[in-house]
Amino acid sequence: MKAFTQHTGLVVPLDRANVDTDAIIPKQFLKSIKRTGFGVNLFDDWRYLDKGEPDGNNAQRPLNPDFVLNQPRYAGASILLARKNFGCGSSREHAVWALDDYGIRAVIAPSFADIFHNNSFKSGLLPVELDEAVVERLFREVEAQPGYQLSIDLAEQTITTPSETLHFAVDSFRKHCLLNGLDDIGLTLQHADEIRAYEQHRYQQAPWLFAGVAAE
Amino acid sequence: MTGKTLYEKLWDAHIVRADADGTALIYIDRHLVHEVTSPQAFEGLKLAGRQPWRTSSIIAVADHNVPTTDRSQGIADPVSRLQVATLDANARDYNLTYFNMNDRRQGIVHVIGPEQGATLPGMTVVCGDSHTSTHGAFATLAMGIGTSEVEHVLATQCLLTRQMKTLQVRVEGQVGPGVTAKDIMLAIIGEIGTAGGTGYAIEFAGEAIRALSMEGRMTLCNMSIEAGARCGMVAVDDTTIEYLRGRPYAPQGELWDCAVDAWRELVSDADAVFDKVVVLDGTAIQPQVSWGTSPEMVVPVGGRVPDPNEEADPVKAEGMQRALQYMDLAPGVPISAITLDRIFIGSCTNSRIEDLRAAAAVIRGRKIAPTLKQAMVVPGSGLVKAQAEAEGLDQVFIAAGFEWREPGCSMCLAMNADRLQPGERCASTSNRNFEGRQGSGGRKHLVSPAMAAAAAIAGHFVDVRELSS
Repeated sequence: MKAFTQHTGLVVPLDRANVDTDAIIPKQFLKSIKRTGFGVNLFDDWRYLDKGEPDGNNAQRPLNPDFVLNQPRYAGASILLARKNFGCGSSREHAVWALDDYGIRAVIAPSFADIFHNNSFKSGLLPVELDEAVVERLFREVEAQPGYQLSIDLAEQTITTPSETLHFAVDSFRKHCLLNGLDDIGLTLQHADEIRAYEQHRYQQAPWLFAGVAAE
Repeated sequence: MTGKTLYEKLWDAHIVRADADGTALIYIDRHLVHEVTSPQAFEGLKLAGRQPWRTSSIIAVADHNVPTTDRSQGIADPVSRLQVATLDANARDYNLTYFNMNDRRQGIVHVIGPEQGATLPGMTVVCGDSHTSTHGAFATLAMGIGTSEVEHVLATQCLLTRQMKTLQVRVEGQVGPGVTAKDIMLAIIGEIGTAGGTGYAIEFAGEAIRALSMEGRMTLCNMSIEAGARCGMVAVDDTTIEYLRGRPYAPQGELWDCAVDAWRELVSDADAVFDKVVVLDGTAIQPQVSWGTSPEMVVPVGGRVPDPNEEADPVKAEGMQRALQYMDLAPGVPISAITLDRIFIGSCTNSRIEDLRAAAAVIRGRKIAPTLKQAMVVPGSGLVKAQAEAEGLDQVFIAAGFEWREPGCSMCLAMNADRLQPGERCASTSNRNFEGRQGSGGRKHLVSPAMAAAAAIAGHFVDVRELSS
């Protein structure tokens, strides 16, 4: 897994609550069997004026000038500032892959949907939860100051803005994995004996849980 | 010591190990796999040189991309075809139980698990699909996971996670005639919001819930994720046990008796304490219709499209404004004045036999409105379809002007050829009304199967209770 330690980057504000994973990466792009290449279709329905199709030539498509990612002042942004319940809806990890592939390294919001939050850590995308009032203040600052950047330090759990340093909370295990870019499958398999022991014990208690589902 | 909630019982029974910081490894009993969220997980497994931990826990099925029309020619779209072919290959390579596109048991993953008796009380169930919460109807700990977690479960049979908080949603009293599980759930989401359940495991309880069939409970638990909760559940009772009796993969004979004894314990203890409790009056719930682009944007069918100017929260008001614009609706418009282009009865929320019976009961002897472009029924599985045909329901739908399709996810998320055109408006029995969900630019209203059927007859929304009188 890709590590996340420190990051400084331009902030792009996406001023909508309840941004769902269908909006982050629309379903027609989920047909890909790869993990990469989703960035050009991030927020596809909002970002382009026409309807996107997989394998389409995105460079030729008309951009929606009103959508924030298309505004020149936010070109190259790597930190997404969002509203509450970001990433709600489907479990598609493609939403995280699309943000990552576009170049977003962190999303700051007052709250995240559970599955999206979980998926983020798996691809090295840092979700940062801050109080709604603080997020509101950041929105005003970003919009007021072109070129607004933030620095995020995961080890210290701080965000440094041009005017202040903010602290954020993060699950200690996930922080550890993210800082070190650890593959959690490898970590879990270190406990293979415990998994086998659980399995045997459980089989004694409830053998019906282990019945194979045979082909008809 | 106080008693345990159902969720706590399920959680405790599955802990392989727990760390001091609260991170736990929990064992997964059933892993459901479909073609959209699994290819990258199998690829990761292969690249790392790993094997699935326990293939007998896995059931694979193609549902999202499959055509709902004649399948003898395969899938026309090459990208969809490759995704299904990739699942075919993975199922073959790893020797998985697989209901392929032409298996008569094929269907939507959340319909076939319970139908086969492969979802059993007390299990942990995962799938790379947020509507895995459906299986909680059987007192399971069932939740949607991302693709990296699919790979983790394939490789280790475990999930790394943390214990959730508990939320009891109690619906007291009985709902009136014409009010279904879908209406109860939309009313709950309208009440607590789409983030109301975030971080919680929901247990649905109360007289109105106990009175629901397993199909109804599945509808309810299915949409837990629309309330923000990764899982929702209902305690075991006679209804649960009777549903499972004789299912192909349910235990038989002596083992069945042992299992039933164990399952009877899968209820929250009388003195269990929930972190949060929400109580709704079931007698007050009316048939619901969503008007906006979030499942919390619902009103009773007799209501009107709300006015963002009357909303105090500015972020919410702006969301409403944007929803009205997308949906091309004005504040104050009566719900019954909204006319429709298409009707979709299907999805993992409402495509089971009871749903089709409820819709057919409304439609019987009537014709769909001539103003509709299309009305379609997509049964949840091949077995649901066969059952409906044995009962003659297909003929009721066809005689009324509905199309009778092959099973799959279909227009719920429009990954196959079934989709709305920009600007078209649809009454849908599915679960999400997000922008573009059912086709780019398409406008979708969530309703129960009976309400969708009534709308098909009238060509606009109508209170199904008035139509049937």
